[in-house]
Amino acid sequence: MSDTVDVAARVEPAPAGRPSRGLPRRVGEAFLRRREASVLVVAVALGIYFASASEAFLTKDNLVNIAQATAPVAIIAAGMVLVLVNGEIDLSVAAVFALAPFNMHYLVDYHGVPILLAIVLALAISALIGFINGFITVVFRVPSFVTTLGTANIVIGIVLVTSHAYPAPIPEAATETIRKVFGDSDWAHLIWCLLIVAGFHMLLTSTRWGLHTIAVGGNPLGATEAGIRAGRIKIGNFMMVATLGGFAGILDAFRINTIDPNLGGGFGIMFTAVSAAVIGGTALAGGSGTVIGAFLGALVLAELQDGMNLIGISANPYFIILGVAILVSMIANVYLSRLRRAGRT
Amino acid sequence: MATLGGPGGQALRVEHVAKRFGGVTALADVNLRLDRGEVLGLIGDNGAGKSTLIKIICGFHQPDAGRIFVGGEEVVLKSVDHARTLGIGTVYQDLALVNELSVYHNMFLNRELVHWPLLSNRRMRRLARQHLEDMGVNIPSVEDEVAKLSGGQRQAIAVARSVYSDARILLLDEPLAAMGAKEGALILDLVRDLKARGDVSVIIIAHNYGQILEVCDRINLLQHGTITFDKPTSQTSVQELTDLVVAEYRAARTAKLRPGPSSNARPAPGS
Repeated sequence: MSDTVDVAARVEPAPAGRPSRGLPRRVGEAFLRRREASVLVVAVALGIYFASASEAFLTKDNLVNIAQATAPVAIIAAGMVLVLVNGEIDLSVAAVFALAPFNMHYLVDYHGVPILLAIVLALAISALIGFINGFITVVFRVPSFVTTLGTANIVIGIVLVTSHAYPAPIPEAATETIRKVFGDSDWAHLIWCLLIVAGFHMLLTSTRWGLHTIAVGGNPLGATEAGIRAGRIKIGNFMMVATLGGFAGILDAFRINTIDPNLGGGFGIMFTAVSAAVIGGTALAGGSGTVIGAFLGALVLAELQDGMNLIGISANPYFIILGVAILVSMIANVYLSRLRRAGRT
Repeated sequence: MATLGGPGGQALRVEHVAKRFGGVTALADVNLRLDRGEVLGLIGDNGAGKSTLIKIICGFHQPDAGRIFVGGEEVVLKSVDHARTLGIGTVYQDLALVNELSVYHNMFLNRELVHWPLLSNRRMRRLARQHLEDMGVNIPSVEDEVAKLSGGQRQAIAVARSVYSDARILLLDEPLAAMGAKEGALILDLVRDLKARGDVSVIIIAHNYGQILEVCDRINLLQHGTITFDKPTSQTSVQELTDLVVAEYRAARTAKLRPGPSSNARPAPGS
């Protein structure tokens, strides 16, 4: 938030006689101290590279493609960052991503529920799955990796059983406006994504909830001793990531204009979202993370996949690059935070 | 809500408190009183039950038996939050500070100032800076992450946090553990300042009692889950306390070597 300004302001004025450090350099240093800085540099550099390598990169259609590839990942990642900062993980969010549009479809077409209410209910069911994830993790002290591995498979199973593994059409009841608002238009995805990323960035950095999320992840015992109800925070964050997963699934169903049981790829989009969070500077150890970084991470991944396709590299090495990106950013993250801790202020 | 008694009254009284964890008796029968404005040193060897007693007084654990009075009124402490509303503040051995957060966020942890829905960071920064200054705690910047600070600075922030939250009874669990002489002096000065204010009563838990003796008004020794010794500091000495602890150790050792009931060696409560 205001960190950038404060850090710059804290730099002491240079004594007379010595040339004072220039403003650009101070701004530069303050910028580099921000965790999102390195991934922003990568995102911009990739953009410049692909734009120079392919004329198609900056066309409107292609930018729409990138936006639509970035958005669902970034929306999930926004919630995933909170869960990761808590020191937990949610493997089930891709399954919820597939389930939510089906629930919307069942409610509208089999139970006559109005479409908007059906969307709200589908999100409520997503939140309930998040609650179950959090409850089992907190109350039974099952590691969330295991809890959500279990619920992920259950939810994938529910999707396949109830849909008979067949795709379904978007409900007829969805009007033109609803389709457009919820993803069947060029920029709907991106607008939702930016709103959610901005909201969750504020939630994490500027509210009590965010502060307590960091405290619970950074020092679980200490946070409890300070009177913070760690269980409630964790359950709340599991509910948020699941709700966002359901919402991103509904957006994607509207975009591709069909409700597919394989939407989200079982675990696929969840791992992409975790990758985006890690590339963006969120440590899986808990205690620190950034929603904006995760958004930029999602953007970098979308640029890579899209750009490599445009310049004619097969999509296959994408995974090699993804793996290297995860490792490099994780190592850089550990190294940079050690530098930051060493007190270079 | 209980209020503390008048000047010279009792801030806290603990009667016949007991606590077991599974088969282990952590506290057998503890009676303790803390006068208003007093600094009480609670000493005892490792495993004597000091931390358990503190966690009961601060509401973290609930006792299996016994009564607790705050300012003369009996209370049942349901949670840390509840104890805090009664004016009981705790500085834990692990400090309960969050490394990843700034000094001022730690100062206000779980008592954040909010201009709904956002945190009032500017106000918290200003108040934290001012309060630390008032307490004579010197740190480079309240915006620094706590991870950057020294052990003494972290301890001082934890103490300042409790005092700031209007703690009238301050529990300091091993405040000098793993601290250099200079940093220890900082903490002891802080306690002295609190004593001079007169409205804060302090219990200092320590197993290295040599350092804390100088700031304590009275010393209690906790052995095997009960208070076995209670004297004003002026009537005891490091030597006497050391002898007591060593005598206990010898008695236990003798009892082990020569099995059979011994008049003053209680059965050891596990550990």
